[in-house]
Amino acid sequence: MADGSMTEEKIDFSVIDAIARKHSVERGAVIPILQEVQDTLGYVPKAVIQRIADDIDVPASEIYGIVTFYAQFRLEPLGKYLIKVCHGTACHLCGAEMVADTIAQVTGAKEGATSEDKLFTVERVACLGCCSLAPCIMINGDTHGRLTPESIDKTMQEIRKKEAASAG
Amino acid sequence: MSLAKEEKWTIKIGLASCGIAAGARKVYDAFKTQLKDKGLNVEIKQTGCMGMCYNEALIEVISPQNESTFYSKVTPDKVERIINEHIARSTPVTEWIIPQKELKSLMAKQKRVVLRNCGIIDPESLEDYLAADGYKALEKVLNSMSPQEVIDEITTSGLRGRGGAGFPTGIKWGFARKAEGEPKYIVCNADEGDPGAFMDRSVLESDPHTVIEGMLIAGYAVGASEGYFYIRAEYPLAIKRLEIALAKAMEKGFIGENIKGSGFSFSIKIRQGAGAFVCGEETALLMSIEGKRGMPRVRPPFPANSGLWEKPTTINNVETLANVAWIILNGASAFNSYGTEKSKGTKVFALAGKVAHGGLIEVPMGITLKEVVFDVGGGTSSGLEFKAIQIGGPSGGVIPASMADTQVDYESVTKTGAIMGSGGLIVMDESSCMVDITKFFLNFTQEESCGKCTFCRIGTLRMLETLKRIANGEGKEEDIELLEELAHTVKRASLCGLGQTAPNPVLTTIKYFRDEYEEHIRDHKCRAKKCQALITYEVISEKCPGCGVCAKYCPTKAISGERKKPFVIDQEKCIRCGLCMNVCRLDAISVQ
Ligand SMILES: Cc1cc2nc3c(=O)[nH]c(=O)nc-3n(C[C@H](O)[C@H](O)[C@H](O)COP(=O)(O)O)c2cc1C
Ligand code: FES
Repeated sequence: MADGSMTEEKIDFSVIDAIARKHSVERGAVIPILQEVQDTLGYVPKAVIQRIADDIDVPASEIYGIVTFYAQFRLEPLGKYLIKVCHGTACHLCGAEMVADTIAQVTGAKEGATSEDKLFTVERVACLGCCSLAPCIMINGDTHGRLTPESIDKTMQEIRKKEAASAG
Repeated sequence: MSLAKEEKWTIKIGLASCGIAAGARKVYDAFKTQLKDKGLNVEIKQTGCMGMCYNEALIEVISPQNESTFYSKVTPDKVERIINEHIARSTPVTEWIIPQKELKSLMAKQKRVVLRNCGIIDPESLEDYLAADGYKALEKVLNSMSPQEVIDEITTSGLRGRGGAGFPTGIKWGFARKAEGEPKYIVCNADEGDPGAFMDRSVLESDPHTVIEGMLIAGYAVGASEGYFYIRAEYPLAIKRLEIALAKAMEKGFIGENIKGSGFSFSIKIRQGAGAFVCGEETALLMSIEGKRGMPRVRPPFPANSGLWEKPTTINNVETLANVAWIILNGASAFNSYGTEKSKGTKVFALAGKVAHGGLIEVPMGITLKEVVFDVGGGTSSGLEFKAIQIGGPSGGVIPASMADTQVDYESVTKTGAIMGSGGLIVMDESSCMVDITKFFLNFTQEESCGKCTFCRIGTLRMLETLKRIANGEGKEEDIELLEELAHTVKRASLCGLGQTAPNPVLTTIKYFRDEYEEHIRDHKCRAKKCQALITYEVISEKCPGCGVCAKYCPTKAISGERKKPFVIDQEKCIRCGLCMNVCRLDAISVQ
């Protein structure tokens, strides 16, 4: 997963062109292209939408429409750790709100936003498919279950420690 | 040498998402490292979901005499004793094993067709799948059955689509076979958008080849040459295992040109869903594969005649396809010996919520909800009274405990006002509020409505607003009638299944729990103590030791006090999130 530290100025458009080229032989390639771009950059910068449009000869407005339709796509860069908070049925019953409140509290990132230190981005998702271990969250692709405020706190502290260690 | 082989132990570790979330990968690594120079003959195998998710991380130890023992909630620090005592000295660590009695009651009412290999084979090993009769059904079909014979066999079996609508699979294949146009497509719907459902994820993570084999047989039967898996991006592990399985099946010639010299050719691609619930609906899903915004369209034409790029397309759910190879190998009559008159075979359910033994279960159609909740599920996890069961997700409904004798089959479930749906079963106890859960579902469908048709877009919003009002204690006497009226209109006038079924949670909860709605409206009371506007949290001074944990977690700093003295909650600042009650180890917080 990309750490989202790439800013708009630094985008290497040849990477975008290569992704577009790779998929363009297929029909209906727009979504796979956007998915790979997001995997690479962490988000879909506006400038990239225009580039893809030129690359595969589809109106930019149409691509923009797709980006806004599907919940997966992000127009803003991400924090280093993407936390997906499950608000599915099982998690809702087993305390998803409690989890969301705790996460906002310990990361300083509100739902849908990134913390000031750019470490955490918090997103709301419908179900992570781990309902028997509710309540659940996913941190950069890894699911964590049977959460309590304490366990969340501990996990976040561990991340902070790791980051502090690698920074210093 | 042969002696050593006889002495071989096997340790299987469940490495599906739920196991990994519970730390199974660390357990796997711990076994690997600790067994390295022990000189014991042990094979450590990864496997998929064993179904008992409440026990994760879960391992199975199989002795040289083929005796199997399951350990629940294994952590890396338990590994040493399991090796030293169980493997080295054949004395199981009894306090950590799952009792035979529990295993028996869990399995007694289950029947595994779809899940036959789940938790048994290594999902990343084609050899394991082949050893479990894998791809034998495909070979049988290619060598000795005509496409029409395959369709007839599936039709006779009585298999109906497991994605929700329950349409007979054989008949669907028949339509596509007769349809004009080339090429024809098979699409496997692995979007699994229902929150609270994880059947398809588990099957793909645990036994991907079964689904691929089902797709190949479907392709042969309808005369298709290309297949797509449409799988949601939230399932990275399922995608990875499916990719591995496809590559291996291709390498061994089960996918590709002229499969096993039969003249039948078939290629398969994966497309990732991009996070829109409505894309689980088949026409929206096809739009999404075509690279457009996923919005449903009016049927007819049905995809069987005009689907992907206007070519004949068969769309089947993961579980539907996972039944196919079994039916071909064991025969239609073996399959339809399970179930009721109109609902044949078994159904996989994701059992979750306030249930003791949550996990992935497969039961014969016709079993009662009571048997599912109590015999398989072990009752509620909280010990509180069982209140209701939610079936069918946001399109389904709530069935009260008083109707727990309802049989699980398409017809009986529909009669209650709920729907069978794809397999989410959420158990609710007395701490679950019916207004709250209905509000939750409407919030979901409202957000996920694609906005194309007005009734769905506006109608779900009006229902949601009304429910919010009731939950806030601002409901009016006429709100219940208003909800019912809105519900009927949206049901009747919406374009696709999303809108047509979105009112089901509203209608069933009003039907079975009207008194709870009335209590919210008239008495401003939420008996489950869930609706935040109608409750207050307080510190029970006699019990509070003044440790300050609650104050530390309170997001609005509403709790204050001196250490070692009872704390107090400032009701003005309190947002009633309940965090304090959750973190207090001494039950010193009460809710009224
Ligand atoms: C709003 C909506 C969401 C749906 N989501 C799914 C889904 O996630 N998975 C699925 O298999 N079918 C889903 N369906 C049903 C599909 O439209 C379709 O009936 C099904 O994939 C056909 O496969 P089957 O005959 O094997 O069940 C959904 C339908 C609607 C109306
Ligand atoms: S409801 Fe949270 S993982 Fe399914």
